[in-house]
Amino acid sequence: MLIHFFTDLRAGGVPVTLPEFLSLLEALEARVAALSAEEFYYLARMAMVKDERHFDRFDRVFAEHFEGAEKLFEKLTADLPPEWLHQLTERLLSEEEKRRVEALGGWDKLLETLRQRLREQQGRHEGGNKWIGTAGTSPFGNQGFNPEGMRMGQATSRHRRAVKVWDARDYRNFDDGIELGTRNLKMGLRRLRRFAREGAAEELDLDGTIDATARNAGLLDIKLQPERRNAVKLLLLLDVGGSMDPHIKVCEELFSAARAEFKHLEYFYFHNFPYERVWKDNRRRFSVITDTWTLLRTFNPDYRVVFVGDATMSPYEIEQPGGSVEHWNEESGRVWMARFTRHFPRLVWLNPEPQDRWEWTPSVAITRELIGDRMFPLTLDGLDRAMRELKRSGSASAQLHATVPHA
Amino acid sequence: MTETRFSGTDRYVATPDLMMAVDAAVTLGRPLLIKGEPGTGKTQLAAEIAQALQRPLYEWHIKSTSKAHHGLYEYDAVSRLRDSQLGEEKVHDIRNYIMKGSLWEAFESNVQPVLLIDEIDKADIEFPNDLLRELDRMEFFVHETRELIKAAHRPIILITSNNEKELPDAFLRRCFFHYIRFPDAETMEKIVRVHYPALKSELLREALTTFFEVRETPGLRKKPSTSELLDWIKLLLAEDIPPEVLRGDDPKKTIPVLHGALLKNEQDVHLFEQLVFLNRRGSR
Repeated sequence: MLIHFFTDLRAGGVPVTLPEFLSLLEALEARVAALSAEEFYYLARMAMVKDERHFDRFDRVFAEHFEGAEKLFEKLTADLPPEWLHQLTERLLSEEEKRRVEALGGWDKLLETLRQRLREQQGRHEGGNKWIGTAGTSPFGNQGFNPEGMRMGQATSRHRRAVKVWDARDYRNFDDGIELGTRNLKMGLRRLRRFAREGAAEELDLDGTIDATARNAGLLDIKLQPERRNAVKLLLLLDVGGSMDPHIKVCEELFSAARAEFKHLEYFYFHNFPYERVWKDNRRRFSVITDTWTLLRTFNPDYRVVFVGDATMSPYEIEQPGGSVEHWNEESGRVWMARFTRHFPRLVWLNPEPQDRWEWTPSVAITRELIGDRMFPLTLDGLDRAMRELKRSGSASAQLHATVPHA
Repeated sequence: MTETRFSGTDRYVATPDLMMAVDAAVTLGRPLLIKGEPGTGKTQLAAEIAQALQRPLYEWHIKSTSKAHHGLYEYDAVSRLRDSQLGEEKVHDIRNYIMKGSLWEAFESNVQPVLLIDEIDKADIEFPNDLLRELDRMEFFVHETRELIKAAHRPIILITSNNEKELPDAFLRRCFFHYIRFPDAETMEKIVRVHYPALKSELLREALTTFFEVRETPGLRKKPSTSELLDWIKLLLAEDIPPEVLRGDDPKKTIPVLHGALLKNEQDVHLFEQLVFLNRRGSR
């Protein structure tokens, strides 16, 4: 019965796995949830949804799947025939528990209290510890029973109820369809790891110490080694402003992931296309700039360069001197890009726009041609491929991709 | 329902879904992963559970330099080398140099303990994956002494995360998950009452209104949380501020009094001042 719920959840985008579903069944068997649709909701959510971003999807599937079911739920618990209850308890309850029931006033009193509780439950929809166990009846079991008999709670079941928790859709804001989270970005960037031990020796080299001590006839000779860190050097150039504004969030995530991963990370900003100036501080981009020649001189070809931008602009901005929208550039963007590709053989361009839209903008095609088609979308897969490209020894690609500047 | 159902303590208000989550985790012996906004009582939950169920509490606060084996044990090789130079007797038994971690101590406890692994997302990205076997089967192998340490009683494990990093899927599969939502006004009132039973309802109402309004301000970098509200109320009581001051003037036109307890960020204070200024100009 719940298997359909499980498959519906998976279809609805909640990544549930089979062991989690089984653990829900286990919890139901252990009777963790009392007789309440709301408690079942909380139990199911806790066992099957492991990220608050998926809560909203879970709510929707739950509402669809169990719509109307909670009416059935209450009807089932309300219409328990008392004799059936008696028989069940005779079989299942221990002597002590039977005595406790008697102490509570006997069967009739018990059923009356249960009825009252159900009325309260429908009124307030709260869980809590006020439930009297009904000798372990579980509405989820496969015991059919005759719905005739004493009807309880009938009068109130037709009234309107309080809004159900899952209908409230409280978690709508948490659901972001963006697949790319910081962790995923970091996992993608991990491809570009090349560990090396460089720098000051600060860590105890246990193996070296043991070796040296042994050679020293047992007198302690401590050896230190530098810490192991990712020796890859990365130069990140980010497009800011204008058409890049909608992509700020994903660029921020990429940036923070890169910062965590790489020890040698340098970043600069440009607008639309790299020209003769780049800058580090966006608030002072017109006063404090870095000359691109300085950039090319300071960072040796060891550095791997990643451009992040949507390459969306008028083609004049690339081809013409003076084409830049913000200032007069003496040389065209094409010339500058050629310098970049010649100096840095390992270079890629990450584009946050989806790949199927690239052909709509001519400037994207021009950019791709200038960098030898090393443009990748800013998705997990694209990042993966970009990192693979960066790992390859750069010299072969440099010859292929360098373009001669036009006059 | 078991006798040992957790339902909050006299210092901690628990919502029904949290109670259910704790109950399920305890009954089925699974770790419980708790996430939520900072300041919503995630770390405190472990202490409260331990107190409510009368169990010993073991805490392991994760740092960014933590490695999984720190929680199990550490082998002090350097001490052993040094002692061997000095000719100490205890050098011969490697057990003397094994320092037990929180997990080991929790496993050895002779009653079921509560184990808190605090802020698991602070550590390296692969850290949770290194703990999978230990969480699954509650056992681990000590290489130096060739012993297998098994938990005598399956501990109640509580893991908190601040959502700074995403956790790996294999780890999430093994836990139950609960997200502590920011309390709504009703629950918030209960929480404040638990901490300040003698608070006048007038002051409480005004304070809560102001608090939720501050939270609603667009563009805030860090929204004030439960613990900040409690601090603020403490300050209000200490300074003996009457409720009229809080209500007085349009709340949009003034920054709340003693706002240092609520707004911890310079940018947020600036933002507030700007909004107040704009409101004043706009309403002229």
